[in-house]
Amino acid sequence: MVNIGLDVASMNEPAVNISSVPNTKLEVSDLTISYGNTPALSNVNFSVEEHEIFGIIGPANAGKTSFLKSLNRMDTFDSNMTVNGQILFNGLNIQNLKNIYALRSRIGVVFPLPVGLPLTIYENVALSPRLRGIKKRSELDVIVEQCLTRAALWDEVKDRLNSLGSLLSGGQQQRLTIARALSQAPDLLMLDEFSIAVDPVTTMRIEDVLKELKKDMTIILVTNLVQQARRLADRTAFFLEGECVEVGVTEELFTGEVNDQRTRDYIEGKFG
Amino acid sequence: MSETKPLLQSPSVDFDHRNFDWYVDKFIQSIVFIAGISAIIFIIGIFAFITIEGFGFLLEDFSFREFFLSPFWEPSDEDAPEYGILALVAGTASVTGLAMIVAIPFSLGAAIFIGEFATGKLRESLKVLVELLAAIPSVVWGFIGLSIMNPLIIDVFDVPVGLNVLNAGIILGLMAAPIMTSIAEDALKAVPDRYREAAEALGATRWQVIYKTVLPAAKNGLLGAVLLGVGRGFGETMAVLMATGHSVNIPGSVFDPVRALTATIAAELGETAVGSPHYQALFTIGIFLFIITFLINLTADLIVRGIRKG
Amino acid sequence: MFAESSLNVRNKRIQNLFRILFMMMTILLIIPVIIILGTLIAKGGSIISFDFLFTDPTNGMTAGGIFPALLGTIWIVAVALLASVPLGIAAAIYLNEYAGDNWFTRIIQLAIINLAGVPSIVHALFGVGAFVIFFGFGTSILAASLTLAIMTLPVVIVSTRESLRAVPQAFREACWNMGATRWQTIRRVVLPNAVSGILTGIILEVSRTTGETAPIMFTGAAFFLPFLPQSVFDQTMALSLHLFVVATQVPGVPDNLPFGVALVLIAMVLLMNSISIAFRMYLRGKKKW
Repeated sequence: MVNIGLDVASMNEPAVNISSVPNTKLEVSDLTISYGNTPALSNVNFSVEEHEIFGIIGPANAGKTSFLKSLNRMDTFDSNMTVNGQILFNGLNIQNLKNIYALRSRIGVVFPLPVGLPLTIYENVALSPRLRGIKKRSELDVIVEQCLTRAALWDEVKDRLNSLGSLLSGGQQQRLTIARALSQAPDLLMLDEFSIAVDPVTTMRIEDVLKELKKDMTIILVTNLVQQARRLADRTAFFLEGECVEVGVTEELFTGEVNDQRTRDYIEGKFG
Repeated sequence: MSETKPLLQSPSVDFDHRNFDWYVDKFIQSIVFIAGISAIIFIIGIFAFITIEGFGFLLEDFSFREFFLSPFWEPSDEDAPEYGILALVAGTASVTGLAMIVAIPFSLGAAIFIGEFATGKLRESLKVLVELLAAIPSVVWGFIGLSIMNPLIIDVFDVPVGLNVLNAGIILGLMAAPIMTSIAEDALKAVPDRYREAAEALGATRWQVIYKTVLPAAKNGLLGAVLLGVGRGFGETMAVLMATGHSVNIPGSVFDPVRALTATIAAELGETAVGSPHYQALFTIGIFLFIITFLINLTADLIVRGIRKG
Repeated sequence: MFAESSLNVRNKRIQNLFRILFMMMTILLIIPVIIILGTLIAKGGSIISFDFLFTDPTNGMTAGGIFPALLGTIWIVAVALLASVPLGIAAAIYLNEYAGDNWFTRIIQLAIINLAGVPSIVHALFGVGAFVIFFGFGTSILAASLTLAIMTLPVVIVSTRESLRAVPQAFREACWNMGATRWQTIRRVVLPNAVSGILTGIILEVSRTTGETAPIMFTGAAFFLPFLPQSVFDQTMALSLHLFVVATQVPGVPDNLPFGVALVLIAMVLLMNSISIAFRMYLRGKKKW
């Protein structure tokens, strides 16, 4: 299981609907995250399948963002953050990878607060392709247009691709961030409450895009809007105060088939 | 949107192997690390090289008593050369002392005015002016002492020579003041605005805010500014070489000419034979200067950082 | 009620008193310098001419121009920059982008502070011991420039670090999240946004280096030379030392000559500083995020 692309090819199968082939993208076992002596998340176990949208819901301080950070090995930026347990990504333990930069390049992240880099809009999106060695302008042009289109930003910026990405409005910057994440052509796309900085109409457009993207990648969607999880996620996990309370098929959770009363209460809006 | 093709060819990336970019990053990291520690290497190097050059003197001709307690600096006396730096230390100390008497009140006053009273354009222009003043080279200051201050002092005080402690002290004070002003102003700026707002909310006037809140909070930073000014005066060379009158003398008044430690090296190094006791004695003065300024800078740094942490 | 307002009046009066006192101090700090600059211009302005700048000194330096000194200063500054700019920028990149917040970094910072604080004449002694004698460069432009480069290294490091620090951390993290290495992040996002600030610092360093005298006196600058330097291993005249020489060492110099030299020197230094300051203000007005 070194390289999934290679495995699929060597099986020589016709390109059927790949998402029907269950394939574990991410396997999390006994994951515990803490900042100093304060635990943020403890003993999490679940797996995420390829080509699914995996929702994570829960109130603030549930450990959702910490979970995303550990997937991207962002603990290396924060000497205070310790991660214990095992995370297998494409079957590889990410804790002892030789090249975490390559790992990060396969994972796209979108944070609640958008960061448009102080480069032109074009270069914001072309940066990741450039980093992986694509130099031809024509190729970059295609990628930039495609990613911006998918992020529902193309029409607004196509005439000013050379203006600074860091000077766009908040909502536009968020879509730029999404376009940038897409430009990585990631295996895994992680979105952390992306809709906070975006207006409702755009949010709906992006949600449509995410449904499309499922064909190409696996998506983890952290959201504080339970209805968004219901609309998008195939399966959903409920995090509460550093504990993964429950993981289940989204539709079942929302129709009341829960194992834990707290999940039901949260989904029904009794707290959170 | 419906016509978008499958996004991009997902690049096959093997993240269990280091690639070219990984090695480039490591390479750059080692290069900049070496550059980073170069400052340490240079400081050690400076100390090592001046010690090596002065070592022969330290071993043979050096006497602690004579060096620090004798007022006679007569290294070129052929029969009995004497290497006492007491008068030179007195020269440096008197000039630096006078300079600080000039510079401390003015630079702190200017810092308070620029930082706390002045606003908008006035503040910006004053800051620029102070920065430009700090940039005037020391040899120009020395020349000013020699050609402008000298006749002025002779005229005003009716003394025969105007190259003396007073001249060098004023010159050095004017030189050090802009630097001390900027550092002191930085220290005032480091006091959070909420301190001022809290005091103003209690109905204090601007001056009360400064006196009761800002100055105590900036105390260490201001002390650091003064110390750096002292260090600067202590190490200044060209200006004191040109304005002190350059004669070995323990001054009895501000109208006496003196000679500074730094100026002695500057004036005599060119005339001595490499490796001679005189040459080595000059390097020994250098070691002394190095250690003193090192301690001053270290103390200033510890004081300034002390408050930042607290 | 009445008592309180009279107290307020008193406080206001005290405040105004101090305000005026400090303003006077500021003015008194600046006035002498303006008088001095005025005197320099009044006494030295008359000698400044094209010939003064571009001919050799004559009659034992009591007449003629300052061309060899001017050219020598340019040589020394250029070579010093070649050494200190790359080193200083690299050191600043290390400190701001790679180094952790620990005791080792503290020691480096302390070393930088001390490098800036060591007396210039001690730097000169080091230059003699290390470059002139130990490395065998002799008294040469190379030895003088390297001495100056080490002495002014803190200027480059500090100003570069300031401009690197001004680039928000969020930009770096966004890059790292895309899989960029630290160096890729620095090269593509951090440096392009810090380069103008770095340039400002370099101009400032040029100004510092131009005015320094003591460190070059024994390492490479000569009182008088009948020829222009041909390589970095030659000695050269320098403007700052030339001022010292014509002011103190040469008898029979006409009054306006040293004033002219001082004026040229100070004009060069202040011009460079003003450019640096103007550049900085222009940048501050130009928002990129």
